[in-house]
Amino acid sequence: MSDEDRAPEQPAIEQSPENLPAPPGEISERGRRTGMFGASGTGDTSGYGGLVAPVIFPGTAQRPFGGWYDEVADALDTLIADVVIHRGEITFHVQREHLLEVAGKLRDDPALRFELCSGVSGVHYPDDRGRELHAVYHLTSMTYNRRIRVEVSVPDSDPHIPSLVPIYPTNDWHERETFDMFGIVFDGHPALTRILMPDDWPGHPQRKDYPLGGIPVEYKGGSIPPPDQRRSYT
Amino acid sequence: MGIEDKLPSGVLLTSVEGLSGYMRKASFWPATFGLACCAIEMMTSGGPKYDLARFGMEVFRASPRQADLMIVAGRVSQKMAPVLRQIYDQMPNPKWVLAMGVCASSGGMFNNYAIVQGVDHVVPVDMYLPGCPPRPEMLIDAILKLHDQVQHAKLGSNRTAQIEELEGDALQALPTSEMKGLLR
Amino acid sequence: MTTTEDVYAGSTETTEGKVFTVSGQDWDQIASGLAEEAEERVVVNMGPQHPSTHGVLRLILELEGETVTEARCGIGYLHTGIEKNMEYRTWVQGTTFCTRMDYLSPFYNEATYALGVERLLDIEDQIPEKAQVMRVLLMELNRISSHLVAIATGGMEIGALTVMTIGFRERELVLDLFELITGLRMNHAFIRPGGVAQDLPVGALDEIRGFVALMKKRLPEYAALCNANPIFKARLEGIGQLDLDGCLALGITGPVLRSTGYPWDLRKSSPYCGYEDYDFDVQTWDTCDSYGRFRIRLAEMWESLRLVEQAAERLAHLEGAPVMVADKKIAWPSQLAIGSDGMGNSLDHIRHIMGESMEALIHHFKLVTEGFRVPPGQAYVPVESPRGELGAHVVSDGGTRPFRAHFRDPSFTNLQATSVMSEGGMVADVIVAIASIDPVMGGVDR
Repeated sequence: MSDEDRAPEQPAIEQSPENLPAPPGEISERGRRTGMFGASGTGDTSGYGGLVAPVIFPGTAQRPFGGWYDEVADALDTLIADVVIHRGEITFHVQREHLLEVAGKLRDDPALRFELCSGVSGVHYPDDRGRELHAVYHLTSMTYNRRIRVEVSVPDSDPHIPSLVPIYPTNDWHERETFDMFGIVFDGHPALTRILMPDDWPGHPQRKDYPLGGIPVEYKGGSIPPPDQRRSYT
Repeated sequence: MGIEDKLPSGVLLTSVEGLSGYMRKASFWPATFGLACCAIEMMTSGGPKYDLARFGMEVFRASPRQADLMIVAGRVSQKMAPVLRQIYDQMPNPKWVLAMGVCASSGGMFNNYAIVQGVDHVVPVDMYLPGCPPRPEMLIDAILKLHDQVQHAKLGSNRTAQIEELEGDALQALPTSEMKGLLR
Repeated sequence: MTTTEDVYAGSTETTEGKVFTVSGQDWDQIASGLAEEAEERVVVNMGPQHPSTHGVLRLILELEGETVTEARCGIGYLHTGIEKNMEYRTWVQGTTFCTRMDYLSPFYNEATYALGVERLLDIEDQIPEKAQVMRVLLMELNRISSHLVAIATGGMEIGALTVMTIGFRERELVLDLFELITGLRMNHAFIRPGGVAQDLPVGALDEIRGFVALMKKRLPEYAALCNANPIFKARLEGIGQLDLDGCLALGITGPVLRSTGYPWDLRKSSPYCGYEDYDFDVQTWDTCDSYGRFRIRLAEMWESLRLVEQAAERLAHLEGAPVMVADKKIAWPSQLAIGSDGMGNSLDHIRHIMGESMEALIHHFKLVTEGFRVPPGQAYVPVESPRGELGAHVVSDGGTRPFRAHFRDPSFTNLQATSVMSEGGMVADVIVAIASIDPVMGGVDR
């Protein structure tokens, strides 16, 4: 396991996550945070209204990765765009054009044998321009007892990703769910329809630009707005 | 022993409403409408420890055509709401609805796009039961209060008079949004 | 054709041809009319309101007589938007939401979420031992109660009502233990990032030992009632066949995978919460059918009892140990106790934060209103829930709220096997096959 991302040793009591230095390697900025608390506009009386901080995700890992990570990375070689190792978990960022080939290699190569795909998870980063929609696949090799993550990013304007159902049939419903919730269209999926929402539902609920929905709660003259419209302190 | 010995000269006087109320509540068959976590607590109250059979209610009728009571146990999603309404419509009169748990009563902790904020948006509810999930004892308490309601339900012209009275009261009642200053 | 005023009856023209809705007492009329039609496909809709489909599952079955030619699942009737709701709450408040997904194994939802958050916080090795042991204890008790419901409802669906009553009777014992330790029978928000919410109450260990002793006498009842029962075997043997290739292709984990003989258990392959220090075996069966899965669930309950015993042993030596991580900037601050008006912060704690320590007051206030911040990144720590691999993919953007919390639920993946298991069999076998998968629709739809 790689130790590059561990902070210098400090006693547990004094070590807080927000005080850790940024992980080594290139930084990957996805979005900015303005202000200190959730409040904005005239509601912000914190005094930190002008604060702008970048949201920095763990960056590219440096070779050698350590352990079996190098083996897998070498087998995939030019097909991967980026490798991130964070908290002992390795993530391979792949371009969508190479996704089917990567998945095929991961499943079939006798030295890799990633038989179990634990499904697709969609994430929407509205501030990561050009790569807003991410599809994250978690793969497990039962033979070698290894876990990796494969991540594909596509822009909002062209949310197409090749479907992994021909290689990992388990992704059938997972891809339908990701389509339903995020609008990522999986090309080559046998029957890409909505699965959780009613068939004629407009919009894709788990995107960040979709409101939470919900109604204000009234009680004896007082009214509490739904969670996404409340004054927040976070 | 038994009721026959207690009756003076073997005659019992009652009212049709009393008798029909008693008949209806003593054999009050619920329809299975268990959705989520509350359904498990509902099944537990049908189980051995909190026995619903002692109230004549252990037969959860699968077919709504044979049921009197619909216990909506769990969160009703947007996709499920038309199904809920269809099952309610398929129940023959007289029928009652018990909204079990906060999700059925008001949407519960899920104030969002996917959950109907209270099944009274879809069906008329006779008894609301809070809890997440309510303990089986709480469910039995709600059922017994509903039994009370059923026992004292009026029939015929008494019922029409009662409906008129309730409607008149409701039209003049203070709306909840006008009840100010009492947030306790 | 019938002329009726029933809104739900009558016939409609669709792209598939004429579709008839039969509502009762008019079957003869419609069937005789149909006999003349050239192509007849009987599509039967089971559910979503149905006593035997394990919750709000809709099965669309195409029948040829009694044989199922095509089986499809319609899900989404319990979709609650829990994952999106979690994005608007702090990290610890997320526990209360995710606990309600797979409502028969709430501790597992909480555990996978808490483990994911702890990995992002990088405090995985700072979780106190007592918290880890309590997590194991509660998870294994939950496994027992979940398997009891699986067996009870499975039995009820095939008509064995006694299995239902005794299953729920035993489950009450487990729920009493949960109530004693966490305060709630179901949907406890107990396993939180950093540890567990509260220490074990006085007398809990004696109750646990009493429970184990009692269960050792009660569990053989299930075996005696079902294992060699000819009706039970006739209904379960050979039903819902899915061999190892099929399981791996469909990503199936849990008792269904172990019924093929492959001993894949996350507690052994990638241990969490200290499972590597416990002594237990992975239960398998080699017939790939529903009977095998039933036997596995029974055997897993015995294994869970062993684990509960071992956990109780360890807890006996951990009196007074902390149950929350030592880092005050993350640890949930409140110390709960029963007061005159119910459970709330103990008077000792209130005296401490109000009178003795300003830092404690600040920590309490900030952690409860704002919550701790989790460094940006993503983590996936799966656990072995009673149904299979349950994992939470947790993404943080450095804030106090989950940026994305996606749960890979085992029931969601395992239900994809319905078509494979049911097609070619009889309608009654569909019920048995689904009962052997043991889906919980709250987890499927989230």
